[in-house]
Amino acid sequence: MISIKVDKLIKKFGNFTAVDGISFSVATGELFGFLGPNGAGKTTTINMLSTLLRPTSGSAEIAGYNILKQKDDVRKSIGIVFQEPALDSKLTGRENLDIHSMLYGIDKATRKRKIAEVLELVELSDKANILVEKYSGGMKRRLEIARGLIHMPKVLFLDEPTLGLDAQTRRHIWDYILKLNKEGNVTIILTTHYMEEADYLCSRIAIIDHGKIVAIDTPSRLKDSLGGDVIRLEIGTGIESLIDKTKGLSWVSSCKQHDNFLDLTVQQGEKRIPDLINMAQAGNVTINSVNLHKPSLEDVFLNFTGKTIREQEANHGGHMKMRMRR
Amino acid sequence: MINFMVIYVMWLRELKKFVRMKSRIIGTLAMPLFFLGFMGIGFNKMSMPGIPQNINYMSFLVPGMIGMTMLFSSMFAGISVLWDREFGFLKEIMVAPVSRVSIVLGRIAGGITTGMIQGIMILFISMFLGFKTRGIFSIFVALVFLILIATTFIGLGLVFASNMKDMQGFNLIMNFVIFPLFFLSGAMFPLQNLPAFVRFLAHLDPLTYGIDGLRGVLIGTSSHSIGLNLIALVVSSLLMVFLGTYFFEKNESV
Repeated sequence: MISIKVDKLIKKFGNFTAVDGISFSVATGELFGFLGPNGAGKTTTINMLSTLLRPTSGSAEIAGYNILKQKDDVRKSIGIVFQEPALDSKLTGRENLDIHSMLYGIDKATRKRKIAEVLELVELSDKANILVEKYSGGMKRRLEIARGLIHMPKVLFLDEPTLGLDAQTRRHIWDYILKLNKEGNVTIILTTHYMEEADYLCSRIAIIDHGKIVAIDTPSRLKDSLGGDVIRLEIGTGIESLIDKTKGLSWVSSCKQHDNFLDLTVQQGEKRIPDLINMAQAGNVTINSVNLHKPSLEDVFLNFTGKTIREQEANHGGHMKMRMRR
Repeated sequence: MINFMVIYVMWLRELKKFVRMKSRIIGTLAMPLFFLGFMGIGFNKMSMPGIPQNINYMSFLVPGMIGMTMLFSSMFAGISVLWDREFGFLKEIMVAPVSRVSIVLGRIAGGITTGMIQGIMILFISMFLGFKTRGIFSIFVALVFLILIATTFIGLGLVFASNMKDMQGFNLIMNFVIFPLFFLSGAMFPLQNLPAFVRFLAHLDPLTYGIDGLRGVLIGTSSHSIGLNLIALVVSSLLMVFLGTYFFEKNESV
């Protein structure tokens, strides 16, 4: 079953095209990630899918409802955790959850039960009656995730769920997200500019840059598309003979030499290292060091966009900050 | 279309925040009370053209100060949408599956309640300072005026808030909307002393009818009949609620 179907979605702000004709679909129960630098159009996409922004053109369906024509049905089907906090800091955690459940028309008995349940889930039960302004960043985030779950959405949007959180809290939130996706069978759409987050969580990833989807696949297949791991050998003596030998091997797809380093591109590099060592010893070649580099999503991003995500952010970040302020 | 649970929850939120922000209550009450204290007592012995001989300036000023309190608190209540936008909470409200009209009505209900609490406080404090009303019935009629004044200006506040992206323009609104509305309303002096053109502008200001009506009800002197004042305020309330809802619905919240 399809939970989300997006068709040529475009959003322009004046002359600036934030989202440039993206199309994709997400199956029910998937944990789908949007990976891209700040300013790539991730949040704008989420805002359109959650009915907060009107698309310039194109359309989408969430849980079978059209985002332009059936706004209320879409709103009922989704939960959303915004990138920037959207809590009322002058109210307590519990009051924020109460207001949310009442807005979603949940009756009193269910409200009480669900609120206790989600507070338990995010481990905020003992802090529920404290004003949100006294919460730490991580607690606010957890409260927002709890809030997004009260009305049992079919689709949950998480916009940069761990932005600015410490490593421990991040790990914690990752585990919630995975648990939710598996046990609650919630379709989750997550945006992030953290590679490791996308890699760890998502079953499928869309790499988005300048408002366009440049690649869309599972993390492992995206990484495999780069051709494999790189084994870097530092050779003491006998580099020429080793090059000759490796050229004859079927599992080495490329072999590059610079100075006394040899870079070999292979599949499943960790299994090939012993072979290489044995071969070198047999041929009296001395190896001083071995380094295995597994391709990361960072390399995938570099491959598809020609830039690392950090370079992209440096180019783009300032522009987007200005947009966000408007 | 209209969802009472939503109206209730928006009202409740407004009230909870009001009770918690003691400094805000003190802040909004301080100015009218200073006016009452210093001007009321300072000018009390003076006779001003346009104020009947049997009415002292203090009595003339009290309805004006109640009107002023309502103007300020209601405009702030309407503009508080901007705070919600600034702190992100607006998105939470806008993404909820409820009609925008219910959200606006809930805000107005909350603003009316908190505004009335402040207006009534001013009334009681001035009664303590020697202000005499025309009995308990007149206070109840005055409450109707308070509701209409509040509705009008919460609606106006919403119109401004919906068309502004951030708090930058707030000072402009304070200086070029709220204060002119206050000075034109005849809160501190009879309008008949003003030049014809300014008097004309004053009659475009809904607060003029609010304060005149309050005077008619509370101290028994007014330039227009209480009925006319009521009609003018009902019209302005409906218009402002309509415009406020229209702009609130129309504008994108992110």
